[in-house]
Amino acid sequence: MVTRREFMAASAMAGAAFAVGCTRGRRKQWEFLSEAEGRTLTAICDQIIPADDYPSASQAGVLTYIDRQLVRHFRRFQDDYRKGLHEANQLSRKQCGLDLAAASPPQQLAIVTALSQQNTKFFELMRTHTLQGYYGAPRHGGNRDAVSWRMLGLDEPPLLGRAQYDLTAGKRS
Amino acid sequence: MNRVNAVVIGAGAAGGIVAKELSTAGLSVVLLERGKWNTANDCRKDDLRNQRTTILGNAFGPDDEGNPRVWVDAAGTAHTVLPSEGSYQNNAMCVGGGTLSYGAQAWRYLPQDFRMRSTYGAPEGSSLEDWPISYDDLEPFYEKAEYEIGISGDYSGTPFHGPRRRDLPMPPLPPNREFEILEPAARRLGLHPFHIPMARNSVPYNGRGPCMRCRWCVGFACEVDAKNGSQNTVIPTALATGNCTLHINAMVTEILTDRGRARGVVWIDEHGHRQEQLSDVVVVSACAIESARLLLNSKSRLFPNGLGNRYDQVGRHLQGHHYTGAVGYFDFDTYDDIGPGASIAISDYNHGTPGLCGGGMLANEFIRLPIHMLDRLPDGTPRWGLQHKQAMRTWHRRSIVIMGPTQQIPTATGRVTVDPAVKDQWGLPVARFEGNVHPHTFEIGEVQAQRAAAWLREAGAISTSIGAWKPTLVSAGQHQAGTCRMGDDPCGSVVNKNCQIHDIDNLYVIDGSVHVTNGGFNPVLTIMANAYRASDALVRNWKGTQFRS
Repeated sequence: MVTRREFMAASAMAGAAFAVGCTRGRRKQWEFLSEAEGRTLTAICDQIIPADDYPSASQAGVLTYIDRQLVRHFRRFQDDYRKGLHEANQLSRKQCGLDLAAASPPQQLAIVTALSQQNTKFFELMRTHTLQGYYGAPRHGGNRDAVSWRMLGLDEPPLLGRAQYDLTAGKRS
Repeated sequence: MNRVNAVVIGAGAAGGIVAKELSTAGLSVVLLERGKWNTANDCRKDDLRNQRTTILGNAFGPDDEGNPRVWVDAAGTAHTVLPSEGSYQNNAMCVGGGTLSYGAQAWRYLPQDFRMRSTYGAPEGSSLEDWPISYDDLEPFYEKAEYEIGISGDYSGTPFHGPRRRDLPMPPLPPNREFEILEPAARRLGLHPFHIPMARNSVPYNGRGPCMRCRWCVGFACEVDAKNGSQNTVIPTALATGNCTLHINAMVTEILTDRGRARGVVWIDEHGHRQEQLSDVVVVSACAIESARLLLNSKSRLFPNGLGNRYDQVGRHLQGHHYTGAVGYFDFDTYDDIGPGASIAISDYNHGTPGLCGGGMLANEFIRLPIHMLDRLPDGTPRWGLQHKQAMRTWHRRSIVIMGPTQQIPTATGRVTVDPAVKDQWGLPVARFEGNVHPHTFEIGEVQAQRAAAWLREAGAISTSIGAWKPTLVSAGQHQAGTCRMGDDPCGSVVNKNCQIHDIDNLYVIDGSVHVTNGGFNPVLTIMANAYRASDALVRNWKGTQFRS
């Protein structure tokens, strides 16, 4: 006979084991991107939306958004990303002899600025996707915990129906 | 399948009304809709996938798979486009059509809007024309639409509207902060601001509750079903008569004819099976682009160029609205997070400016989601990086957008045809767009944008940025109209004033296609009023299985 307590403990252990299994990299981190591409894209996205008092693009889950959509609605951009990220790294190696992800933040900014001038089409694509992920609905993996909405001062979850109980209406004494 | 009195193709703004009017008059009706029946549960609040922001697809159809269209640029190059791309000119395809997810501005056109050619003359190269009906012909049906669909608002602040016998059935929603900022400014400029008429419950009406004023409004299905479209008003009434059958996921591929008259339609059901529905009358209400495409795709020996197209008129004069305006930036909070956001309008500039053929109303924009703000920051703001992020923080709550639909001057060459090569998932030639509206439209749009900026400056904006542009393609989209022009001359129009195809008396086109010109307002209430008017004529002339001559 398994008591309820034992059952709960056993399930918790099973859950923990499963979680460990995930983080140990048995499963690929990204659905489309390779690990190296993920690092390069992180560097670029974090220049498009850097961290300040609020998280950067990658901290808010923008890569999850882009990666997920690259095997869904953005399938048609797969080649652009594969080629564009490769070229971004080449540019970085030419300018500072390092992969983009390994360069220092000021170097990264210089390289991303150069990228935005040299490969406008791909940069615009990444810029648009990064901003969408950061400011769009959290359900798609970006804007984790509605962080960008909080940053803009929007209630999340929204308070609904309050307009019908407008406490500020009428004359104040 | 049993023969019925009428088949109505498309369950949108017009189709729903036609189905309701015919079925309550005792005719048997089959209503065919290619999309799904969505409900308030399908609101989803998805900022990236709705009917207005279609980055990840259209929430209410069509899907990106298997529904392409083609547009031809000024250089003559054809581009295949997907439904989630802007140049597709999409309108929702579902029960309710655009009215499920629209912003719900429900305007009457002005009396002059029906007499554009006699008021202004036709600019060189345009096909500006008068309607064969007047505002007075439509007035009783405007009123019927306002009461049956349910419109809130208040016209009392403006002298710029046609005569009306009754006020709107519901008062406007209480003003939001933008209204309070813009209203005194407009008065100081000598303008006449007023509450926008909206197909949205401000008080309980028609068995449903009022608007809860949330952020997910235009582009979404209303979560509390306070937004009034055909899907929650006339279509349920039609079904309740017992005379109307609605088929969803039903794609009509062809209108059948026999000895010069319509005989019924062929449609494909959700399993891909071909079905035939025979009927005494066929009513096409598929919206301007798809109605034209269906007529053009229905070729037969007697109608080698498609139905109603003996004089090559179907698909011409495609128009929508040319939206221009301005963003104003303020040094105080303007955003109060209360939907629907759009609340105040002026129609002082619709007509009467010397040198301009018309104009349009100006109104504040619907409540913005952060995703809408990305490219609306002050001129000169970097497009990415820390400064962009900071600008989002500074301006999202401190800006107001005023925009308006400039009435487009149509041309005969701005048109819909069917593409010779590209086919959709059913193997039918897809819609193809060519040409543009008359360039004078863009001159009017530029003036309108300056007027919007002036209003914002008067309201205290510390800076403004102008949004005026010259699109290289007709901007039809949700406001699409004009492809099956209504007129008295069979050689220069497609339908007569009762919306009957000139040479086929039992084939009707009742939707935005028949608009001769599209007013300087959102067109839905006019589409609805005209659907009531045309159904009224149809029912009055109906005699068993044929018409009184």
